Amino acid sequence: MNLYELTAHELHELLQKKEVSSREITQSVLERIEEVDDSVKAYVTLTKEKALQQADKVDKSLASGETLGPLAGIPMGFKDNICTKGIKTTCSSKILENFVPPYNATVVERLEEAGAICLGKLNMDEFAMGSSNENSAFFPTRNPWDLDRVPGGSSGGAVAAVAADEAIYTLGSDTGGSIRQPASFCGVVGLKPTYGLVSRFGLVAFASSLDQIGPITKDVTDCALVLQAIAGHDPYDSTSANLPVPDYRQALVPDIKGLRLGIPREYFGEGLDAEVKEAVNQAISKLEELGACCEEVSLPHTEYALPAYYLIAPAEASSNLARYDGVKYGYRTEEAKDTVSMYMKTRREGFGPEVKRRIMLGTYALSSGYYDAYYLKALKVRTLIKRDFDRAFEKYDALIAPTSPTVAFKIGEKANDPLAMYLSDICTIPVNMAGLPAISIPCGFSQGLPVGLQIIGKPFDEVTILRVAYTFEQNTDYHRAKPALEVKR
Amino acid sequence: MAEYEAVIGLEVHAELKTNSKIFCGCTTEFGGAPNTHVCPICLGMPGVLPVLNRNVVEYAIKAGLALNCEIAEFSKFDRKNYYYPDLPKNYQISQYDLPIAKNGYLEIEVDGQTKRIGITRLHMEEDAGKLIHQGDDIAEAEYSLVDYNRTGVPLIEIVSEPDLRSPVEARLYMEKLKAILQYCDVSDCKMQEGSLRCDANVSVRPKGSTEFGTKTEIKNLNSFKALQRALEYEIKRQIEILEDGGRIVQETRSWDESKGITITLRSKEEAHDYRYFPEPDLVPLVIDREWVERVRQTLPELPDARRRRLMEEYGLPAYDAMVITGSKALADYFDQCVEKFSDAKTVSNWIMGELLRLLNAHNLEVEDSPVKPEGLAELLALINKGTISGKIAKTVFEEMFETGKGAEEIVKEKGLVQITDEKVLAPIVDKVIEENPKSVEDYRNGKDRAFGFLVGQVMKATKGKANPQLVNKLLRERL
Repeated sequence: MNLYELTAHELHELLQKKEVSSREITQSVLERIEEVDDSVKAYVTLTKEKALQQADKVDKSLASGETLGPLAGIPMGFKDNICTKGIKTTCSSKILENFVPPYNATVVERLEEAGAICLGKLNMDEFAMGSSNENSAFFPTRNPWDLDRVPGGSSGGAVAAVAADEAIYTLGSDTGGSIRQPASFCGVVGLKPTYGLVSRFGLVAFASSLDQIGPITKDVTDCALVLQAIAGHDPYDSTSANLPVPDYRQALVPDIKGLRLGIPREYFGEGLDAEVKEAVNQAISKLEELGACCEEVSLPHTEYALPAYYLIAPAEASSNLARYDGVKYGYRTEEAKDTVSMYMKTRREGFGPEVKRRIMLGTYALSSGYYDAYYLKALKVRTLIKRDFDRAFEKYDALIAPTSPTVAFKIGEKANDPLAMYLSDICTIPVNMAGLPAISIPCGFSQGLPVGLQIIGKPFDEVTILRVAYTFEQNTDYHRAKPALEVKR
Repeated sequence: MAEYEAVIGLEVHAELKTNSKIFCGCTTEFGGAPNTHVCPICLGMPGVLPVLNRNVVEYAIKAGLALNCEIAEFSKFDRKNYYYPDLPKNYQISQYDLPIAKNGYLEIEVDGQTKRIGITRLHMEEDAGKLIHQGDDIAEAEYSLVDYNRTGVPLIEIVSEPDLRSPVEARLYMEKLKAILQYCDVSDCKMQEGSLRCDANVSVRPKGSTEFGTKTEIKNLNSFKALQRALEYEIKRQIEILEDGGRIVQETRSWDESKGITITLRSKEEAHDYRYFPEPDLVPLVIDREWVERVRQTLPELPDARRRRLMEEYGLPAYDAMVITGSKALADYFDQCVEKFSDAKTVSNWIMGELLRLLNAHNLEVEDSPVKPEGLAELLALINKGTISGKIAKTVFEEMFETGKGAEEIVKEKGLVQITDEKVLAPIVDKVIEENPKSVEDYRNGKDRAFGFLVGQVMKATKGKANPQLVNKLLRERL
């Protein structure tokens, strides 16, 4: 067994027993990256030296008899839209290609305090816009289960790294499904926490009212540990909730007897791949077998979630991305004769097509004369979607659905059809619109590719969805399956 | 020819004097080397988030209450999107449909009548930075530099109803607004530093008409004089166009101080579409009533109340009371002086006369006056005791202003003590009578003017130090 294949909690035990050092673990993962990243292409920036230094520091405190926290000495990576002090944070965009933030995101601060080892920054769809990682300005990341396929997006690099054992865990961001959909495509665990549970300070904004940082891990236990480390109020983020953080390890109970689970019928309709549907239904049977009471429920406004999302998210994005203008940092066009032409050329040359498409959509949706018909209407739809969930949660402890309607698709397959691409987030988007927590865990295979099960919870009730996920995981083997990645020696 | 009247509404921006910026901890201090009062948050760098400064809300509530506004229980921030290099995020965090305060008013005195000017709304927002063009003007500049020190300094924008009918009214409104904000201590209102700025909306219409004419907006009027002159010019311009059978174009104009004209900045066709939408990085603002009441308790006596008090308590004439309360610092000066020297009218005369004259001549604010209220009171007491004459006192006051020395010190040093001793004065009076037989004769023949001449001669002989009453008495006795 290679160290890089283990989970954080397994490695923590070895560290505590002094059977391995953090340096050994870190080196093992760095070697793994060297072996497979030419094929997977998950990393945009590697911080090897820094990682080893951090590892030595953890080893030193371990040697001095200190008790280590559960994540101390464990190597991990950040999606490249999470700001890291002194380390390039590019958002996989030409416009931020050489941007080095002078500050850390709050999640980075918290993990550094917890002794985490940062391996580097992970590839993504430019500014987190996309569902396949093909929108990276640098290169596409590949799905470790099939290198001809996409890992999903936009946290594709962060997810592929975990699936390919190039990191023990990673942090991604989820605006419309960007953690869960790739987690589903790559057969790992991905959690989108309740909006406001994890600070967004230092997360480069895509759509501020939807974005949320979350963990991507090899199993549910690690997911709980990482969430524990990053959750909680942050005075630097007014939208972060000022609530006590529960003990998520207590959620790791292999028992769901008596839990009531709703199965939203709208998630099983047209467009859902038959084999995916079959895998999800089997998972539901398994949950029933384990003592949960599963019932069909209706979330009638589900079909409006996608169009409303594609008004709200681009609207916010058009505003959030206005700051990339060549005046202060990042890319600036070589030739411009005045301010306006500098703006126009910088942005034309600096942004990729998907980002431009959404900026234009959002600008249009907010412009005077259209605001009421588009943006305001979308906000109303958002309220209806929230109400659907509220009503369902009056009766159910959690909801069960597919994470993605299909398994990972081929690179290039949907690249020129934005609408087809947008449909791959259809099962995840309503959750962001309602600000709810949801986790995706592996629940089966179709065509040899992983299928994800999505468990949606009440606001700030991560405990229940972790418990359902943990119980399922303890009674199945899907999470142990590893891609047969061809290794270049 | 029809008679026209102007319809004017003002949008005034005031920088709040909180110690730190509206959404981060940077200092709001004016000046400083460019880009030294900044951090990733006010620079709007990738990933950073604004956090609202509670003091800004408190100051806005205070200003709102002082302007008789309703304070909203539920308020929120919105983004105002537009591109400009001095705006780091290319959107400004402001308030749109739910401002913190609305429906207020203030009162001005026009031709002895009190006129109420409505205040539509008062809202909070962040200030932008400053562009420094390297060249003769924007069009000629080879490049431009940006200073973001002012970025994120808290502003309140106060929008009036179109209740103003003349440039003079507009100036009176602006002066009153400034005084109120200063009294509340929420802004230092230094127009030369840009901490108080004004845009004016103006249209004209035939007198008696109730419909509004097409308006133009004049941007960035940064002095009372500019406000009044620009409005005078613009009203005349609009009337002339209408008289010629033309049409007013709705547009934004700017005031060219040196040429004394307004010029087109942008037309309605090029007007901004700000694409307002709710700021998702800030939670809505719920203001509890207790907080509002607590702030209300901290409101000071405002200009109007203070003016009434000065008239009732001290019997000051309306004009004096208005001048004295025009600035809080001046009114404070008055109050402090009266505490030590109770003849209020004399104090008011000296403040309106000598003090303001010298302050203006030296381009100083009342706060920076070298003569403090105690100093003036000391001087006035010397007159009262008969130690010096009123005339000498003026010289002494100038000396105090120049040197910062006390009144008694100067009087002693220069030997300016009034001569009130008959024994000292009598020989001088005798000498003057002896030397001016013509005037003596004239006086005896009934020419009163001659008496004044003789008094003047005595004063001259004593370098003004003779007590005038005593001189009168001695002269009369001898003639």
